[in-house]
This record gives sequence, C-alpha cells and structure tokens, in this order.
Amino acid sequence: MLDLGNYLPILFFIIVGLLVGAGASIVGFLLGTRKPDPEKNSPYECGFEAFEDARMKFDVRYYLIAILFIIFDLEIAFLFPWAVVFKELGLFGFVAMMIFLTILVIGFIYEWKKGH
Amino acid sequence: MEIIYILLGIILIVVPLMLSVAYLTYAERKIIGYMQVRIGPNRVGPRGWLQPIADAVKLMFKEIIIPTNANTFLFIIAPILVIAPALAAWAVIPFMSGWVLADINAGLLYILAMTSIGVYGIIIAGWASNSKYAFLGALRSAAQIVSYEIAMGFALVGVLMAAGSLNLSQIIQAQNGSIFHWFWLPLLPLFVIYFISGVAETNRSPFDLAEGESEIVAGFHVEYSGMLFAIFFLAEYANMILIAALTSTLFWGGWLSPFQGTFLESTFAWVPGLFWFIIKIALFLLFFLWFRATFPRYRYDQLMRLGWKVFIPITLVWIVVLSVFILVKLPPWFV
Repeated sequence: MLDLGNYLPILFFIIVGLLVGAGASIVGFLLGTRKPDPEKNSPYECGFEAFEDARMKFDVRYYLIAILFIIFDLEIAFLFPWAVVFKELGLFGFVAMMIFLTILVIGFIYEWKKGH
Repeated sequence: MEIIYILLGIILIVVPLMLSVAYLTYAERKIIGYMQVRIGPNRVGPRGWLQPIADAVKLMFKEIIIPTNANTFLFIIAPILVIAPALAAWAVIPFMSGWVLADINAGLLYILAMTSIGVYGIIIAGWASNSKYAFLGALRSAAQIVSYEIAMGFALVGVLMAAGSLNLSQIIQAQNGSIFHWFWLPLLPLFVIYFISGVAETNRSPFDLAEGESEIVAGFHVEYSGMLFAIFFLAEYANMILIAALTSTLFWGGWLSPFQGTFLESTFAWVPGLFWFIIKIALFLLFFLWFRATFPRYRYDQLMRLGWKVFIPITLVWIVVLSVFILVKLPPWFV
C-alpha cells in the first residue's frame, strides 16, 4: 500500500519552493541599490523616533487562543482517521464519536461561559 | 531519469503559477477598479497588460532595507519560509484525471500541514523586524490563522466523511455523477465556512487585520522592501489561488464537467478537465476580489467571535448531521 516513491516529488517540491524564495532574495540583493543610512534603518513608526523596544508585553489572551487551538487541532487530528473509515464503521463508529464529541462540546461550552 | 520528469513536472506547475500570480494582481487592480468606477492600471502596455511585469522589474531593483535592530538571519529567512509551503502544497493538487505530481494517500493531510506552516514565517517576520507595527501584525495574524484553521479542519473532516479518502483524486472521483453529486450540496454549510475561513487564512479583506493599512500600516511586513517584500506578496497570492483550487477540488468536483449527466454532456465531452478546473478556480478568485471591493474590515473581537462562536459550532453540528446522512445512506450521495 504505502509507496515511498510517491513522496519523492514532494521532497523535491519543498526544495524547489525554498530555492525559489532564496533565489528571489539573492536576485534582490544583487540588483538592488544599497545605501544604508541610520535614519532609514531605524524601525518605522510613522516618522516618529522609536521610543521604546518593540518586544513589549502583549495580551495574555493571544496566548490562551494558542492553547485552545492546540486542543481543538488535536480533536481534528483524532477526527481525521475516523472520518476516512466512517462508512465502514457504521453505527458503532457513530456512537463512539458522539461520545467523544459530547466531551469536546462540554469543554467548548465551558470555554464559552468563561468568556474568552 | 525519473528525477528529471519530477523536476519537469514541478517547473510545469510553478511557472504557470507564478504567471497566474502576476496576472492575478493585475486582475485584482482592474476588477476592483471597475467595481469602484475607475479603470485601474492602463499605462504600461496596451490596456495596462504589462503592468505586473513592470512591477516585478521595479521590485527587483529596489533596495532591501534591513533595519538596524532586526535579527538579520531571521529577517531574511522569514519570506522564504512563507513562500516554500505556498508552492509545495501544489504537489498534490490533481489538475486532470491522472495529472497529479504526487498521487499520495495522505494528500489532504499534507495540504493541511503545508497551509499551517506558513504562519511560522509570518510570526518570525513580525518578531525579527523588531518594529511595533510588525509585532502587532504578527500577533494578530497568528491568532487569526490558528482560529480559522480549526473551522477549516472541521470542514475538511466533513469532506473526508463524504469521500472516504484522503487522496484528492479519489475525493474528486467520489463526486462523479452530475453537478448535484458534487459535495457543495450535501456539505453546503461546510463549503461556505471553508471558503470564508480560506479568505481569513490568507489574511485577505475583510479579514485583513494583520495588514490593516489604516491602523498598523502593513502589519508583519512593514519593514520589508524590495524583493523580500515581493516574496511575501507572491506567497499571499499563491495561497489565494491554492485556496480557490482546494475549494473547487473538495466541494465543486475539481476537473469534472458541470454538464455531466445532462443532455449537454456529449456536446462538451471534448473539453479537457483542466479547463473546467481553471474556470472554477477563476470563479473563486473573483469572489476573493469581490469581497475586497465590497466589505468593510472586521473588528478584531468580531473576527474572533465569528471564528470561535459561529463557525466551530456550525461545523460540529453539521458533522453530526452528516454522519446521520451517511448512516441512513441518503441518496443520491451516500448510497
């Protein structure tokens, strides 16, 4: 069933993708002008002098979203193989996945009520 | 010998793709121009046809500015990390019956993986720039992409249940029959959610908060110029075409003719499948442009609410509904 030969074009395609990116950057560096200037190289802040470091504290909710994403993405990873063979699993597969989804939905409702 | 064929195949995909990207930018400016009662670019070449070429040449000769405070290595590597997956995902797209570079069993999983990797390039770009706008843009973009990734993943689960395969060619074969056998009809809510999430994933208007010209200037790529900026641009448009191609593959029958099963089927039998595929891609790309011309930008909390509190519940419910459809073998799709 598993034929690794089929995956060879993918490896090549990823390499070509990286080369396209690298090649375009090299072309840009070779052809572009280069006149560095301390003002030009300072961070862009609509003309103002940058007044503090850009690596500032950020809202913790961004971090929570990332954690929630991991949980839900794992659910999807569990659902994928189930979905492929669902037609063969029949009623048993349906009941099993409904139990799983119920647990997921309880967690989802909890998150919703917590209000993120 | 085999390697030469593979490389030839890759060139046959990448070169037309790059040309499509170039002319998609032209089409975008022209179409949005006409929608806003302007005529768009019309100076370079007849009716502005050479505008994208002129833009590309201009960008090549522009200075690449690397800010003093930036991490030089990460700053240069980020655009490459964005473009590589945007191109590599095309390896598994079937253009016509048998016309696929890598006919792998895990095609859809590979697509999901490739489209997720692009976000790393965006985060790295925003971080490496060491600029406030870039940082904010990268944060917004990352949170937005992961939120819509979930709705997208659930929509894909629906496709998998209906098709029973991860292989994209087999997913198209499972839609064989007529225009009403295509998955858009039994999976209608999932199709709509998949496409809208696709618009959000590519950071396109009305979900372009990561770039939001009027608030954070250009977001994560504000410090980029010249060719490095061009690569981000290229990747964004290549991703748009990819989403359009995936939507037509998964929900609109890919290369299948829309006249299948009607009295016109034999009349149009000579048209190659590639033609139908391109027509469908062009149609979805038109939607991308149309959205940009008509919708105002979302506010960030509205964006998050739409992703988490509207799309995810709908997809979950529809997955349950779909499993009931399959269990009762609802004709004509699940016999």
